Amino acid sequence: MLDLRLYLLQRISALVMAPLVLGHIAVMIYAAQGGLSAAEILGRTQGSLGWALFYGLFVAAVSVHGAIGLRVIAHETLGWRGRVLSGATWLVFLFLLSLGARAVWAVTVP
Amino acid sequence: MDVSVWRGTAEGAFQTFQVPARDSQTILDVVAWIQQNLDPTLSYRFACRVGMCGSCAMTVNGQPRWTCRTHVKKALKNNKIQIAPLRSLPVIKDLAVDMDPFFDKWVRAEGVFHPSKTRRDKVEALAPQTAARQTADAGIECINCAVCYAACDVVAANPDYLGPAALNRAWTLVNDAKDGGYDKILEAVSDHGGCHNCHSMGNCARFCPNELSPMTSIAGLKRATVKSFFKRKA
Amino acid sequence: MIRPHRSHPLWLAFILHRVSGLILALFLPVHFWVLSLALTDPARLDGYLAWSDLTIVKLAEFGLVFLLAVHMFGGLRLLALELLPWTGRQKTLAAGAVGVSVLVSGGFFLQAI
Repeated sequence: MLDLRLYLLQRISALVMAPLVLGHIAVMIYAAQGGLSAAEILGRTQGSLGWALFYGLFVAAVSVHGAIGLRVIAHETLGWRGRVLSGATWLVFLFLLSLGARAVWAVTVP
Repeated sequence: MDVSVWRGTAEGAFQTFQVPARDSQTILDVVAWIQQNLDPTLSYRFACRVGMCGSCAMTVNGQPRWTCRTHVKKALKNNKIQIAPLRSLPVIKDLAVDMDPFFDKWVRAEGVFHPSKTRRDKVEALAPQTAARQTADAGIECINCAVCYAACDVVAANPDYLGPAALNRAWTLVNDAKDGGYDKILEAVSDHGGCHNCHSMGNCARFCPNELSPMTSIAGLKRATVKSFFKRKA
Repeated sequence: MIRPHRSHPLWLAFILHRVSGLILALFLPVHFWVLSLALTDPARLDGYLAWSDLTIVKLAEFGLVFLLAVHMFGGLRLLALELLPWTGRQKTLAAGAVGVSVLVSGGFFLQAI
């Protein structure tokens, strides 16, 4: 149910995310000092091309990675296969990508 | 001691027998004793009795084992033994499973020899110390017992998956200078049920009675397929 | 049902990776949705962020960060196992080096902030 192509997508998206995850955890530890507020987060991210690229890439990679990961679980634990499995994979991918893109847009652009 | 043995096919139940304990006794001895002394209709499979033929694998107290080389003392829990057929293979009767799906997958993984020379060519000289030969040697002691196949949770969850034994065989051929099927094998193991479904949980290496590591072989296949993918693109 | 064939370290690493991945994947949509409130309803976003002062939410956050780290390091372990044909000794050394460097840099980092 995973062929070479899906396997490569899964591993490449993982490699892309490894440094991003470290950056994300570092920002979390830094930002959580003294409590979280919308103003503080937006002050850091709004209008910043750097953060938009960082989190844009993160969202794209995690959408691929999450969709393929859930595909494996759907097949091995729920027994989904064929068109249903492919359709579900695409649906999860597009769902994560659109929600994630909207979130990145919300905190970086306006 | 109490020995409960699976009776039936996919449907069935465990039947308990009282078997005298001996000092030196394998699980296969126990099964044979029941068949010879208590119930001649008990079905099971064995041949060599010395760990070479790979016929007698069964599930003993929940673990897949070669029964002719498994001492009762090693498997005994609370003076009890439960013996069942191998997991993930159709049960023919009692302890004998149908090995066809297992061997069909060897063929599907191109785990067959691909001749590269004619009878008029010279015989290929094999240097035992080359890296490729040593990699192949690490996997060739497989006796086709299907213990790894029964131990693997991916096989259990995904019936298309080729499984550790077939993929291990494919990896030894990829590293065999005499074999001419390199590209064909890599293509076969890159398909939907291929090596990329392995999660490296290592049940195969944990239970292989010959202490091989199919998991390592499968990692080798993943590496080789990735390499050939980028080479073809370039 | 007893499953004794599963109690060994590599299998536990596998199940940890699978469960952490599943929980992270389920958490992601919620995470994205809350952040996009910055656009639609900033006041509500602040309301949700204020929750993060609660101990129970702090614990949940810690759990998620822990799962994220576990999933990443477990994944890097898999990548190394699959893509680098190292010997057992080299693997132990590499894992040790990563562990020590994470401890040292993490210590510095926590000290600094």
